[in-house]
Amino acid sequence: MSAILPPQQRIWWKQPIDKVELIWITIAFVWCMVMFFMMPYWHVYGRQNLSPETYRVKPELFQRAAQEMADKYTVRTETDEKIPVVAPPAGSDVYLIARLWSFWPILELKKGETYRLHLSSMDYQHGFSLQPENINVQVLPGYQHVITIQPNRSGSYAIVCNEFCGIGHHKMVSRLYVKD
Amino acid sequence: MATAQALFRTCPRTGLQFHKSAESLIKLNAVAAVVTLLVGGLLALLLVLTRWQAIHLIDADNFYLYLTAHGLDMLVAWIIFFEIAILYFCSSTLLRCRLATPRIAWLAFALMVIGTVTYNVAIFSGSATVMMTSYVPMPAHPAFYLGLILFAVGALIGCFVFLGTLVVAKAEKTYEGSIPLVTFGALTACIIAIFTIASGAIILIPTWLWSVGYIKHIDPAMYRVIWWAFGHSSQQINVSAHVAVWYAIAAIVFGARPMSERVSRTAFFLYICFLQLASAHHILADPAVGTEWKIFNTSYAMYLAVLASMIHGLTVPGAIEVAQREKGFTKGMFEWLRKAPWGNPVFSGMFISLLGFGFLGGISGVMMGTEQLNMIIHNTIYVPGHFHATVVLGTTLAFMAITYFLLPTLFNREMILPGWAKWQPYVFGIGMGVFTLAMMGAGTLGVPRRHWDITFAGASLPYEYPGTALLMLAICGISGVIAVIGGAMYIIITVGTLLFGKKLDAGAYTTSITPLRLPVQAALSGHGGHGGGFAAPGTFVLALVFLTAFVLYYFVNWKYLSTVWGLS
Repeated sequence: MSAILPPQQRIWWKQPIDKVELIWITIAFVWCMVMFFMMPYWHVYGRQNLSPETYRVKPELFQRAAQEMADKYTVRTETDEKIPVVAPPAGSDVYLIARLWSFWPILELKKGETYRLHLSSMDYQHGFSLQPENINVQVLPGYQHVITIQPNRSGSYAIVCNEFCGIGHHKMVSRLYVKD
Repeated sequence: MATAQALFRTCPRTGLQFHKSAESLIKLNAVAAVVTLLVGGLLALLLVLTRWQAIHLIDADNFYLYLTAHGLDMLVAWIIFFEIAILYFCSSTLLRCRLATPRIAWLAFALMVIGTVTYNVAIFSGSATVMMTSYVPMPAHPAFYLGLILFAVGALIGCFVFLGTLVVAKAEKTYEGSIPLVTFGALTACIIAIFTIASGAIILIPTWLWSVGYIKHIDPAMYRVIWWAFGHSSQQINVSAHVAVWYAIAAIVFGARPMSERVSRTAFFLYICFLQLASAHHILADPAVGTEWKIFNTSYAMYLAVLASMIHGLTVPGAIEVAQREKGFTKGMFEWLRKAPWGNPVFSGMFISLLGFGFLGGISGVMMGTEQLNMIIHNTIYVPGHFHATVVLGTTLAFMAITYFLLPTLFNREMILPGWAKWQPYVFGIGMGVFTLAMMGAGTLGVPRRHWDITFAGASLPYEYPGTALLMLAICGISGVIAVIGGAMYIIITVGTLLFGKKLDAGAYTTSITPLRLPVQAALSGHGGHGGGFAAPGTFVLALVFLTAFVLYYFVNWKYLSTVWGLS
């Protein structure tokens, strides 16, 4: 019976299944299981996992922590706005502030070392998009997200905001250096 | 009482029966849908011509404003107005009964129209440029949230009218046995719509109160979790609706029967069970949600929903193949497909919709829904690439295809410009297919979504995307214009037909219900158990091609992920 008419057999749930359907459902289910196990597998054996470590934080306190880091480790300033370039020691806590419409400060990291990167926003939601690496993380106000990062290539990177945050959104771009 | 006064007509060409009140409401909702599609389509043209960096047509303020309006008019108004029309059609028309409470259905329509106008006024006045997602704490004018709430209440009432109509049909015994598969699909869409709109109310009502100052603070993490329970599940209303439309078109064009009612209905049931949880995949790159929560919801729930789509992806073309083989197109694997009516837009639109939704929308959706892969996709232009494949190539094209069937049947007009109609699904489908691929390509290169200028002109710390990214956006521009032309052809054909199409015999209205004429099915038995043979070998080969593409692309993405910085 056609799909726009009631089923021919009243007890449709007892209708036998075609072989082709049964084989396909089995294949599809096995494939779904493979995808199912890939995520936990990558947590055990893979190296790219997002940390769930998060704290509630008041914007002022986060800003103070970032300021303290900048006061200690600023090596130079860049652009007319004199944005500090901060080179904190390997293994330390580094802070990155997102606000309308900039990231602050500019970080200078060492290749192969690990850092605890703290991300938070002072106002609206922002996006942390590291280019050309293409790592993308959501940044929320009121939360500090701590991710342990290990840069594996040296060079100059851009941090682009990829969450719409108002009229200056497309100018919200910053830099990050990785040195050998 | 109501039954005695109800008027019905039977379409002389298809034998479908329309209840007069239902007929008016289906027409009105469909017309409202096309009007909002026109608005959204004009905005789409401006948007693609802006993101095409060489043209970069409109300024930043208007770009973000139009992007907000485009998202809401397309994803909310166009699709949901059309879905309400489908719900009324699948209940009252397919079950041959009167529509329950037509007056309340009118109220639903009025609320949806008022809601659409309200949020559009808020957006176009410039005080609600907050995107479809309207993430707090970025504020919008209270009228924006209020408009959305009114629209949602209207849609919710429409859902209850649909359920009421099912009850009427059952009580008045207008059909025998179970509801048809297509109605079952519509019921799935309706159930998902109800719990989706409930989630929307849970978050939009407090947000509206926040915008007028009654609530001090809305937690952004909580907003995102609940918003997406509404935002993503609402797209699953579309999936259920357009899969139901696929089955309907297979039945209308080929007289195809579902290969197995049990399999197809179970697949719809999987959508109901697992989709709400699968919304979690929007929060994979967020702080404040645990890894276990992310993995559990996306792996367990989403893959069972994916399984459902993979089943429909086989059973819909499979049903067509079986029907074609019964008509004698049995040569080789693919004669049934080669000899399909490719010049009939009802079929070609549906088939392009199926291919586009499966290959482009389905596969890319799974990439984004994988916890770790999400990091290299989140908020890049890959995301709109994915959802244009699902809701534009999939849902919108399926709705366009069924429109060509409804014009003579429901509106009793002969279609104007049949030559255009023949080409329309191809122009729209190919334009949109290339468009989504180019968007995904640009997203893989890191191009952000919702971004006015990726050359960062005037920024103090500039950055240059690779030239390929700009090329991808140029391809997006060109193919986007082609897709808009395809959309314009659809609107010209449909509106032109309503205004100038030759009037067809509508059949007379009577107060009695024409009983269902069951076609003689002596020779054609149910498909189940084809004697152990392979009922649809061609479709199975197509499914294996799909699976191969899926597996390869999935692991290519893992390979790419493994080269980025170590993160933990």
